[in-house]
Amino acid sequence: MFGYNGKVLRINLKEMSVKTEDLNMDMAKKYIGGRGLGTKIMMDEVDPKVDALSPENKLLIVTGPMTGNPVATGGRYMVVTKSPLSDTIASSNSGGRWGAELKFAGYDVIIFEEKAEEPVYLSIEDDKVEILPANDLWGTTVSVTTKKLEEKHAKNCKVLAIGPAGENLSLIAAVMNDEDRAAGRSGVGAVMGSKNLKAIVVKGSNKPKVFDDEKVKETNKAQLAKIKENGVTGQGLPTYGTAVLVNILNELGSLPTNNFQKGQFSGAEEISGETLAEKYLIKNTACYRCPIACGRYVKMEAGEGGGPEYETLWAFGSDCGISDLKAIIEANYWCNEMGLDTISTGATIAAAIELKEKGYIKEDELDGLKLEFGNATDIMEWTKRMGYRQGLGNKMAEGSYRLAESYGVPEFSMSVKKLEIPAYDPRGTQGQGLQYATANRGGCHVRGYLISPEVLGLPEAIDRFATEGKEVWAKIFQDLTASIDSLGVCLFTSFALGAPDYADMINMVAGTDHTGDSILEAGDRIWNLERMFNLKAGVDPSQDTLPKRLLEEPVPEGPAKGWKHKLDEMLPKYYEVRGWTPEGIPTEEKLKALGL
Amino acid sequence: MEVEVRYFATFRKNGVKKEVIPFEKSISVKELLTKVDIQEEDVAILLVNGIKVDSETILKDKDVVSLFPPVGGG
Ligand code: SF4
Repeated sequence: MFGYNGKVLRINLKEMSVKTEDLNMDMAKKYIGGRGLGTKIMMDEVDPKVDALSPENKLLIVTGPMTGNPVATGGRYMVVTKSPLSDTIASSNSGGRWGAELKFAGYDVIIFEEKAEEPVYLSIEDDKVEILPANDLWGTTVSVTTKKLEEKHAKNCKVLAIGPAGENLSLIAAVMNDEDRAAGRSGVGAVMGSKNLKAIVVKGSNKPKVFDDEKVKETNKAQLAKIKENGVTGQGLPTYGTAVLVNILNELGSLPTNNFQKGQFSGAEEISGETLAEKYLIKNTACYRCPIACGRYVKMEAGEGGGPEYETLWAFGSDCGISDLKAIIEANYWCNEMGLDTISTGATIAAAIELKEKGYIKEDELDGLKLEFGNATDIMEWTKRMGYRQGLGNKMAEGSYRLAESYGVPEFSMSVKKLEIPAYDPRGTQGQGLQYATANRGGCHVRGYLISPEVLGLPEAIDRFATEGKEVWAKIFQDLTASIDSLGVCLFTSFALGAPDYADMINMVAGTDHTGDSILEAGDRIWNLERMFNLKAGVDPSQDTLPKRLLEEPVPEGPAKGWKHKLDEMLPKYYEVRGWTPEGIPTEEKLKALGL
Repeated sequence: MEVEVRYFATFRKNGVKKEVIPFEKSISVKELLTKVDIQEEDVAILLVNGIKVDSETILKDKDVVSLFPPVGGG
C-alpha cells in the first residue's frame, strides 16, 4: 500500500462507536481520493434525497493519496457531505496542517454517521480514537476551542472545529482547521453542527509509505522548480497573495460592486492586495509543504492573525461598497471565529443592503444597526449576528437566497443553486459564467477557474467576452480540477503544473499508472458522479443558470459596459461536450464509458 | 496628447501608482513601455481602457494603460 493508509474510521455518533475498516482500494484508485472518493462513498451509502441536516446525512472527511506525502502542497483534505444550502453534493477543501496529520495518524477517511445526543468531539492519537464530551466547548469560538484542545491533548496536535455558526446550523457555516483555514463553502459546518460534533483533534506519528522514494524526490524537485519559475506561483502569489486580483478585476470592470449592480469600485485601491501588503502584512504563511505561501498574516485589532483573501476583500469590500480595509480585516477575523464562509457571509450582507435600500427590509428589523452600501460601521456586528443567529442575523444565517426569498424577491440573491457566486462578474468573463452555472456545488469559482485563461492569460490568453469554444475550456478545467481536488494538493499548483505532472505525482507516490489523459478522465468520472448525485437529490438542470440580473441587465459602466451573460449560447454546447442529453442528463453510454 | 499609466503589484517603483505622461505625437504601447523602463516580456496583463491589447496598439489621447506583472489567485 503506497500513498494511502488503506484505513477508514467509521464513527457512529448515536451508538458512540468507533470502527476501523479497510479502505476499498479498487474504489480508491478509481476515484483517486478526496472529492472523488468522498462522492462515491456518499453515493453508495446515503440517499441523495436525505434532509442534509438530519442524522441520516453523513459527514465525510477525506484525504487524498498526496495528503501527508512529500509533494508540493500535499496537505489538503475534503469535507464531503450533502449541502444544506444548495441540496447538492458538497465538497469543501482546506489546507493548513490538519489533513496531513490525519494521514500520519493512519487514516484516509473518517465517516461520521447519525447524531450525538450531547455535544462531543473526536480525539485521534494514532490507534487511540475516542469520542469525548464537548459541553464545555460548545458555544465557544474557533480560536478558543482550538486553544483549549491544544492544551488538553498531545503536544503539536492539530484541531479542526466548527464555531457558533455551525452549532447554530447557519447554512453558510464553514469547517475550520488550524484556527484560520476553512473548508468554507456549501454550509458543511452546519452538517457538523447538526451531528453535535464540535471538533476533531488529531495527532499522528507515522508517515505513509511511498512507492518510489527516489523518484518521488526527483519528481518533486522538478515540480518545485516549475512552481518557482512560474510568474504566478513563484512571484505573484507569494508577494501579494490572492488579494492582488482586486485591482485587476477592477481595471477590467468586472469587480462586482454593490451586489453586482456595477463592475467597478471607486475604493478598489484602498482594499487591494497592494494596500494590504503595504499597510497590514506582517508575513506570508504557508500550508503543509507549500512553496507558494499565499497566506497573509496581518496586523489587526486583536493583535495579529490570518488576513483576508481576494474573495473576502471583495465580499465585504466592493460587493458591500466598502473601502475600509481595517473593517474588512476585522470582519474576516470574525468569520473565522464564528466559522462562517467569508464569501457567502459578505455576499449575503451585500444582498441584505440592497433589500434594505429597495425597501424590502424595514428599518425596525435592524436594531439600530447600519445596513448601507459603503458603510463599514456594523459589518463586524452583522457577521457576529449571523453566527449567533440574532435579530435579522437569524434570517441572514440562511444565506442570501433564502433571505431574499423570504421577502418574495429571490432575484436579489446573486447565487447559483443557492450558493453565492464569487468575485468575478460573469458578464465580463463569459466562460467563468458558464462555469458558475454548471458547477456541481453551485456558484463556485474554483470548480473550473476560467479566470486563468480569460483574465490571467494562463495557460494561454482567450477573449473574455467570447462565447465560442468556452464549453470545451469549461469541461477541461472542471475535469482537471476534480482530479486535483481528489489528489489532496492545492489547486494553485495548476498555474504551474499540468495534467501530466499530476500523473507523475500520483504514479511515484501511489504506484499507479496514470497518464495526463487518465487524470482528466478520472475528473470527468467524478464530475458525472456528482451530477448524478445532484439529479437524484432533485437538483434538476433548470438550476444550471445565473441570477436574472446577470442575464438581463447590462453592465452599466466601465470596460465591460453593455455586456450581459450569454448563457443560452453556451449551455447547449456544454451539455453536448459533456456527452449529456440536450436536457442536461448524462447518457447511458457516457456513464458506461466512464465505468459508472 | 497624454496617457495615464497605472502600475500594479511589483511595477510600483518608489511608490508610484500612476502617472500622466505627455507625448508630442501618438506612440505605440511598445514605445511607452520603453519610456517607462518596463520590459515587454515582464508584462503579463496589458490593458488599454480595461481591454486587453497587444504592444503594437497605438495609443490615443487620454487612454488609460494598466500594467500588471504575472499575478494570480482564486
Ligand atoms: S498556495 Fe496558498 S492555499 Fe495553496 S497550499 Fe499554498 S499557502 Fe495553502
